[in-house]
Amino acid sequence: MRVAEAWRVALDALRANRLRSILTMLGVVIGVGAVVALVAIGTGTKQQIEQQVEGLGSNLLIVVPGRLAAGSAPTVSTMTLDDLDAVGRVVGDRSRVAVTISSGETVRAGARSTFSSMQGVLETTPSVFVRRLDRGTYLTRTDVTTGRRVAVLGAGTARQLFGDRDPIGRQITISGVRFRVIGVFEQLGQSLGVDRDSEVHIPVTAAQRLLGTERIDGLAIRAPDRETIDALGAAVVATLTKRHPDTDFSAVTQEQILGVLGDILGVLTGVLAAIAGISLLVGGVGVSNIMLVSVRERTKEIGLRKAVGARPRDIGVQFLLEAVLLTTVGGVLGMALGISAALLVDRLSPVPAAITWWSLALAFGVSAAVGIIFGVVPAQRAGRLDPVVALRTE
Amino acid sequence: MPFRFGAGRWGCRVTAAIVAADVTRTYQLDGVAVEALRGVSLTVAPSDYVAIVGTSGSGKSTLMHLLGGLDRPTSGTLLIGGRDVATLGPGEMARLRNETIGFVFQSFHLLARTTARDNVALPLVYRGVGRRERRARAAAMLDRVGLAHRLDHRPNQMSGGEQQRVAIARALVTGPSVLLADEPTGNLDTATGQSVLALLESLNADGVAVVLVTHDRDVAARARRQIVMRDGRIITTEGAAA
Repeated sequence: MRVAEAWRVALDALRANRLRSILTMLGVVIGVGAVVALVAIGTGTKQQIEQQVEGLGSNLLIVVPGRLAAGSAPTVSTMTLDDLDAVGRVVGDRSRVAVTISSGETVRAGARSTFSSMQGVLETTPSVFVRRLDRGTYLTRTDVTTGRRVAVLGAGTARQLFGDRDPIGRQITISGVRFRVIGVFEQLGQSLGVDRDSEVHIPVTAAQRLLGTERIDGLAIRAPDRETIDALGAAVVATLTKRHPDTDFSAVTQEQILGVLGDILGVLTGVLAAIAGISLLVGGVGVSNIMLVSVRERTKEIGLRKAVGARPRDIGVQFLLEAVLLTTVGGVLGMALGISAALLVDRLSPVPAAITWWSLALAFGVSAAVGIIFGVVPAQRAGRLDPVVALRTE
Repeated sequence: MPFRFGAGRWGCRVTAAIVAADVTRTYQLDGVAVEALRGVSLTVAPSDYVAIVGTSGSGKSTLMHLLGGLDRPTSGTLLIGGRDVATLGPGEMARLRNETIGFVFQSFHLLARTTARDNVALPLVYRGVGRRERRARAAAMLDRVGLAHRLDHRPNQMSGGEQQRVAIARALVTGPSVLLADEPTGNLDTATGQSVLALLESLNADGVAVVLVTHDRDVAARARRQIVMRDGRIITTEGAAA
């Protein structure tokens, strides 16, 4: 029997049992759809976070107290602004060094209030982290040295407090202390469900006074180039360790953060895909089951086909093609479902989704493979049927 | 054994369409050996017209399946179209059935939801004949059995007699040398049965050997030879070989 003929026969058989074919396909449709949609969401999230980390700027080195190891206890920072000067000497350029002390604070403007991440920073922050202002100006060196009470708002905080009005020049209060708004950041969006626009930058000196502390939480350094970044990190850690013998310091590069995040999100995507894969497997078992029923139901037909000259192989191929047709058509429908679901999620929820060609190719390949794997047993059974017994069946 | 060589329809080959020599067939039924055939010898010559008669359980259906190449003997020699079935694999047996034998069944065995034309064309599918030619040959064969007006009807739209004619057309479409008919009139009323038999006889007159399995003495009486079976053996043979 010719291959084209076998396809036609298989298609006719599926059409003859339209409802059953559709219901059988549904398992594969849902399985493939779930794989495509979940992989798209996992990939989209990963891409978004990688973009955000890369958006921090390249050659970034972050120094924090404590060890960056799983299970290590959080460390209270002992760093102060004096350390900044020492680190500045190691780096050789103070404009490449940023510091932060952060605290969650309620920020008010008139009758409105919002909870924001207050960051005590240096005037160097926009150049170290690559942040752009939507309007106004950023903190100046003088603001920092004099501890002036001026603030730059995140886009979210600005919207919460002032709506459509221009916040520049207006007063806000942070835990009861008045600040004047001098700038607003460009919008950043969300990351892993965290709103990154809900922040207020004030001079680090003002923040320390507000919190009644001398400490700073961490340092960020923009290295001049990629080659020297590790050496620079080691030098900074050595300097800090000399000044604080009782504290461990860790330096991480942006690439290390990307690597760790990438690993975590890769595992997450893998787990999602595996769960979806299980439903695809269940769909495959459904196909196998229906094909076995079909072989039993069509025993007489098989007997007749053999009597008029069908070889065991012809019958086997026919049933195998039916199974493959069920799963591949189901696979294509499932891809359409998965793509629609991913686009819908991307459009209607903050969760990003990115459809990748490899996930579509994989889903289609797997669904075809499922058809072959789960179609083989019924097909063999059909092919081996004894024509005498098959014809006698009523 | 009556092997005769001579000029048959295809030139020089064994003239006997089917030769069975001391054939036995034993089934295992729930671990019990059932001897369905206990040594049967039979030759079907080209354009033979044989009726195999016997009560149910006499082994006539088993013999029919063997003659048609659907089954293999437990012992003895069986030649179909000159080929020893013991030397053939399942695929070659299928090809042999396709080329040599046409089956007609009591319950027609037509594919439901399939038109008369496509039912008739089915054996040609397994011969690798193209769709256009299949349809043409099937139409011609349906015309031959008097159903030119039923090409696109499905089995459930036709009478029993018409369905059996479709089945006969299907059996003939590959140009077989032997037509094996298992109770072809069993599901038909007398008048319809007569016309189906008349059709088989006219085909036989055109040179196709017909082997008829029946328990109806009147039907059997129309054949040139009657073979009576009981308990897995041939007990009498009436009439002369063709």
